[in-house]
This record gives sequence, C-alpha cells and structure tokens, in this order.
Amino acid sequence: MATTIATAPEQPGSAPPSPARRGGAPERSGRLAALLLSPTFAVLALVVGYPILAALRESLYRRGQGLDEEGFVVQGDRFSGLDNYLDIFTGSGAPVFWGALWNTTFFTVTTVAIETVIGMCMALIMHRAFRGRALVRASVLVPWAIPTAVSALMWRWTFQADGVANALIGREVLWTTEGLQAKFAVIIADTWKTAPFVGLLVLAGLQLIPQDVHEAARVDGCGAWQRFWRITLPLVKPVLLVAVLFRLLDALRMFDLPFVLIGADKESVRTLSMVAFDEASNLRYGSAAAYSTVLFLYVAAIAFAFVKLLGADILGDMREAKPKRGLRARRAGKRKGVTS
Amino acid sequence: MTVMAKPGQSSAASSARRILPYAGIAVVVVYCLAPFYWMVVSAFRRPQDQFDNSPLPAVWSMENFSAVFKPDVGFGRALANSLVVAGTTTVLTLVVGTCTAYALARLRFRGKNLVLAVVIATSMFPTISLIVPLLKLFTDIGWINTYQAMILPSLSFALPLAVWNLTVFFRQLPFELEQAAMVDGCTRGQAFRRIIIPLAAPGVFTTAIITFICAWNEFIIALSMVNKKEMQTATVAISKFTGAYGFDQPFGTQMAAGVIVTVPLVVVVLIFQRRIIAGLTAGGVK
Repeated sequence: MATTIATAPEQPGSAPPSPARRGGAPERSGRLAALLLSPTFAVLALVVGYPILAALRESLYRRGQGLDEEGFVVQGDRFSGLDNYLDIFTGSGAPVFWGALWNTTFFTVTTVAIETVIGMCMALIMHRAFRGRALVRASVLVPWAIPTAVSALMWRWTFQADGVANALIGREVLWTTEGLQAKFAVIIADTWKTAPFVGLLVLAGLQLIPQDVHEAARVDGCGAWQRFWRITLPLVKPVLLVAVLFRLLDALRMFDLPFVLIGADKESVRTLSMVAFDEASNLRYGSAAAYSTVLFLYVAAIAFAFVKLLGADILGDMREAKPKRGLRARRAGKRKGVTS
Repeated sequence: MTVMAKPGQSSAASSARRILPYAGIAVVVVYCLAPFYWMVVSAFRRPQDQFDNSPLPAVWSMENFSAVFKPDVGFGRALANSLVVAGTTTVLTLVVGTCTAYALARLRFRGKNLVLAVVIATSMFPTISLIVPLLKLFTDIGWINTYQAMILPSLSFALPLAVWNLTVFFRQLPFELEQAAMVDGCTRGQAFRRIIIPLAAPGVFTTAIITFICAWNEFIIALSMVNKKEMQTATVAISKFTGAYGFDQPFGTQMAAGVIVTVPLVVVVLIFQRRIIAGLTAGGVK
C-alpha cells in the first residue's frame, strides 16, 4: 500500500514536471522499463542482431575445399579476408553484382517515384471524397492485403503473351521474357500494390492540415494549383518523407515480385536480394553473406541520408522530448514551423 | 434561389465540380480492384476457356478450385502450415510486444528515443541479410523444414511492427484511469491487467490483424527455410504449383488458389478497414 501511494504521483503527465519529480521517477520506472523491454530486445538481438553480425563474419570466410600451405586438402570454412567482396566487385561475380545493383537501384528509384506521385493523387482524391469514402478506403486496402507472391502470379497471368494486358493494348508484348518489358512488368505490378499504401499514409497527413489554412489562402486569391504547391505539399512533407523512406527501404529489398513474376534467374530483373538468395541456396554462404552485407550497407546509407540530410522524422510525435501534456501544443507548433 | 441567380456557365462548372470527385473515386476504385477482379474471374473459368479475355466467364465453373484441393497438390496442408506459422508469429509477437509497448507508452525512462529508434531501425533491415546466416545456423542444428525455422525469422519484421503500432495505441489511452486505480489500491501490474488491457483490446486486436496479414503474406523466409513440400506455406506452395491440366503454368489453378489465400484477408480488411488504416498509418505518420 505504501509503495502504491509513493509511485502514484510519479505517473507521467499527472502534473507539470517539477525538478524533484524528474529526479525520483526515472529510476524506479527505469527498472520496470528494463524488465518490460528486455523480452523484445532479446528477440531482436537473436533474430536481427545476431544474423547481421554473423553475416558480416560469414562474408569473410569461404566454404569448401582448399589447399593449405603443405598441399593438404582442407575441408570446411576458411578465412579469406575480403576475397568474397573483391570477387563480387571486380572478380568473376562482378557482372552479376553490378547488374543486380543497377536493377535494385533502378526499381527503387522508378517505383518509388511513380508510387509517390500516384499515391499523392489518390490521397487528394480520397481527401475530397465525402460520399463513397468507405468504398474507396476498403478498395485501397485490397492491394495491400494481397500477398506479394500471389499478386506476382496475378500479374504474370495478366501479362501472358495472349493475356488481358496485351489484349487491352492491342500488341503482342512478351512481358515475362528478358528485356526492358520485364522491368516494366515489375514496375507496374509493384506500383499497383504499393501506391495505394502511400496514398493512405499521405491521406493521414492531409487530414492533419487544418481546413482554415486552405480557406485563408482561397480568400487571399490562391488558385488550386498554388494552394497545392504552397500549402498542401509543404505541410504534408514530413509525412511524405517518412512514407517515401519506408517505401525506398522496402523497394531496396525487393524479392518476391521479380522472383515469381518473371523468374528466379532472369538477368534483367535480378535484384541484390535475389542474387544473395541464389548464392545461399547453392550453399555459397560466404558470397551470399557478402551480397547481403552490401545490401544492408546500402539500405543503412539511404536511411541515414534521409534522416540526417533530409530530416525525415521517423519517430515523429513518439519522441519523448516534453511531457505528454505538451503534445497538442507541440503538434500545433510543428505545423506552424513547417509553414514558415 | 442562388442557383437560379447564377449564370449558366458557372452552373456547368459547379456540376463538373460535383461530378469530378466521383470520377476520381471511380478511378481509384478501378485501379485497386481491376487486377484483383481479373484474378477472381479467371479462377471461375473452365480450364478449357482459361485463355478467354471476356470480362465474365462464359460458363462459371468450380473446376479450378477442385483442382487446387486435389490430394497430390497438398494445398490443404500448405494452408494449415501458413496458419500455424502466421498464428504463432502473431501470438508470440503480441505477448512480447505488449509489454514493451506498455513501457514505451507509459513509463518515463532514459534512452526511450534510442529504444524507439532501434525498434524502427530493425524493421528496415533487408530480410535477406538475416536469412543467409540463419539458414546456415538452422542447417547446422537441423531446423530446416521446421515451423520454428519460419516463425523465428518472421519475428524480425513482426515484432517491430507490433511494438510500434501498440505503442501508438497505448499512448491514446486515458492514463488517468490507470492512475485512479492505483490510488484505489491496485498495484501497477493490476492496473495494467484490469484497466489497461481491456481498454487496449481494440488496439491489440488491430495489431494482431496487421501482424497476421504480414506474416501470412511472408514469402522469402518460408521459401528459404523449407525444401520439403509438406512444410511449405501457402504463398510458396502456390508459386510452385505444377500443371494439373498440361499447360506450361497452371494459371487457372494458381488463380483459384490465390483467391482462396486472399479472400479471407480481404473480408477481414473490409470489416475492420477503419481500424486497420489507423494502425497502418500509425507507423508512417506518428
């Protein structure tokens, strides 16, 4: 009972923060927090932390037979330094690696650019819709809910030589064969699945913009186009940045879609994930780990650039800077800060 | 009165303004549903009309669906595997994630921003860089073709997602209630169990749906960790269907299987659309 009374006033947000309260509370909460956080961190350490480090180590080793100094055959892993990396950058694996790196980058840039534009348009349409809102919201979720592998098959079927896509455009394009058309097929299928998702995120951002800002601009004689560029876009930019970052990172690890839609060993759509998978399933763990480590660093670099250079605020309002009481005021302040 | 006072030109413009949003909605709905519609329609065609491009099947048929469930295809088993993997992943994620999210939403402690950053960063890692070493590890300890070999790696994307979603939900709860309960003599644990959990149930439920859908749709982990047909999950099984009717690729059967795998998700999504959207946008917006 005594402890209950002692802890009660320390609840966050119960009163404006006073120095005394700040001094006492974190310690006790800290212990409980550590207890509650530890299962998650144990799991993450096991399924994310360990593999990342193991991959780094693995990429420095090479499997299989080799000869030691005295000419004896040595079985098992042996340390090979940066050989795996040299191999994929300049050695025998170079054409595959640079091709896959180019494909990964190309898909990421094109799909995310297209998805952002289409998603933005969808969000503007949904924001305007008053009737039929439930319908449009439900249909936007359908592409998200369909498994990527199933959507890839669906598009493979659509892009058949005598399929409905060719019937609609009145041409005979062999979409799923090597070449630029295969890239287009992947881009179209990916855009279909994820643009609505971007639309949902942007819509949520649009709904945070107070209507009076638009009204004021209209009264001041701004046209629709001007209002979009000068008000909507800057105000929705923080949300858009985070959405684009999530999409970029997702596109960089693209695997299922080209794998099922075009095929596992088609050069024109092979991504870094696919090469790493192929190497791993052929038991060349060392080079698979090198590929996946390169991809990991690529992803980390993009994320870093977005957060540090472009100021994508991933944590957003989750950030613990002030007591919760100040949250609303802070949100409002943030909005104003963006306009200026 | 005002309408009559307006000149004709402007009333035409205003009617265009009325219709335009509906046209926009129609475009969005068609964009999202047309490919899905085509999958459903193709699933209901007879195998001999499979390559018809008519908007509706000439003759509706369930033949593709019965082909999916032929014993030698083993699709029933694949569905069961998916259910086990996605279900266990969801339950584990929620048990672990709820505690963490509670701490993140309620407690004040140093390094919280760092914790949040770590949680969100782990969800960004490319799955393949986790799979390569885990594949080697699981091969060594004989876990290939087991459920745990698919469930454990699935936690890597499910757990950050769930923690983030739950934290957003928990923050919206009226914490004064919890405090009141503690003043009335509940311990913090009791307050959590009796006050917070019932109030948080909708958020937990939504998170469960989103996590389940993501785990159900997972492909690359299931593809890597399993090479025995009986252990394949549904998404992998569909992609590996071999022709039952002698086409190059049994598209009719695959479309039918795709419908079977997708329609339950779509129904759930339609029922809980409002909640799911709230959950999905939680990660990206706030």
